[in-house]
Amino acid sequence: MAEPMKIRATLQGDVADVRILMLHPMETGARKDSKGDLVPRHFIQNVAVTHNGKPVLDAQWSQGVSRNPFLGLRVKGAKAGDKISVTWIDNKGEKRTDEVTVAAAS
Amino acid sequence: MIDPSRRIILKCAGAFGALAMGLVTGLVKSSNAVAAQWNKAGFESKAMADALKALGAGNPVESKDIAITAPDIAENGAVVPIAIVSKIPNTQQILIIAEKNPRPLMATFDVSSGSEGYVSTRIKMGETSNVWAVVKADGNFFAAKKEVKITVGGCG
Repeated sequence: MAEPMKIRATLQGDVADVRILMLHPMETGARKDSKGDLVPRHFIQNVAVTHNGKPVLDAQWSQGVSRNPFLGLRVKGAKAGDKISVTWIDNKGEKRTDEVTVAAAS
Repeated sequence: MIDPSRRIILKCAGAFGALAMGLVTGLVKSSNAVAAQWNKAGFESKAMADALKALGAGNPVESKDIAITAPDIAENGAVVPIAIVSKIPNTQQILIIAEKNPRPLMATFDVSSGSEGYVSTRIKMGETSNVWAVVKADGNFFAAKKEVKITVGGCG
């Protein structure tokens, strides 16, 4: 079962600075386990970010993105209380969606 | 004479096979629909030029309006932070390529008008190499590069 993401969205002017941390092994398919067997590829292929339901970023990833991937982006025209939703899907069809509200600048 | 029970078994196997095929194709289709798009040709390419070709980004023009933030020396190749800022108007897509990785194309980001031309993430790098940021804007491709020295490779 996919672990929840950690998402933080902070307002800076009218731009929301969004930082996402996903929990995923991101296996390259080249790593060997302790028995010397290759660990099959297992990685996030697609990440979609929406702002109040409107798509703002669509990413496609390879196995070359680091374990427990980080993604940072800046969403224009955001206000405090806006909803930022993030969905990822991996190559085994597992997926996870999490949502946060944009926090006002501290 | 042919044993009739054998015929029946064969027929069953045929029907089951067809059903299984149907299920498999059904599954493949639905998973394609879920995994919106994934540029297999580009991500499986073993050379940067092939990956660019697969993305329709033949010969990008070098541009000073793309800034790559990455360490000069990364001790751990498993986690190399990369941030890309594109100041090119109408930036549509940002690609990250680690030139000497076994499969160089790391990630593509389709940026809509709702987000700035900025992405940051962390990638794995096997050895010291140029990291390229390729930006698509108004259908044209621009690129910038930065060398990152790797102390311990992170592909294994």
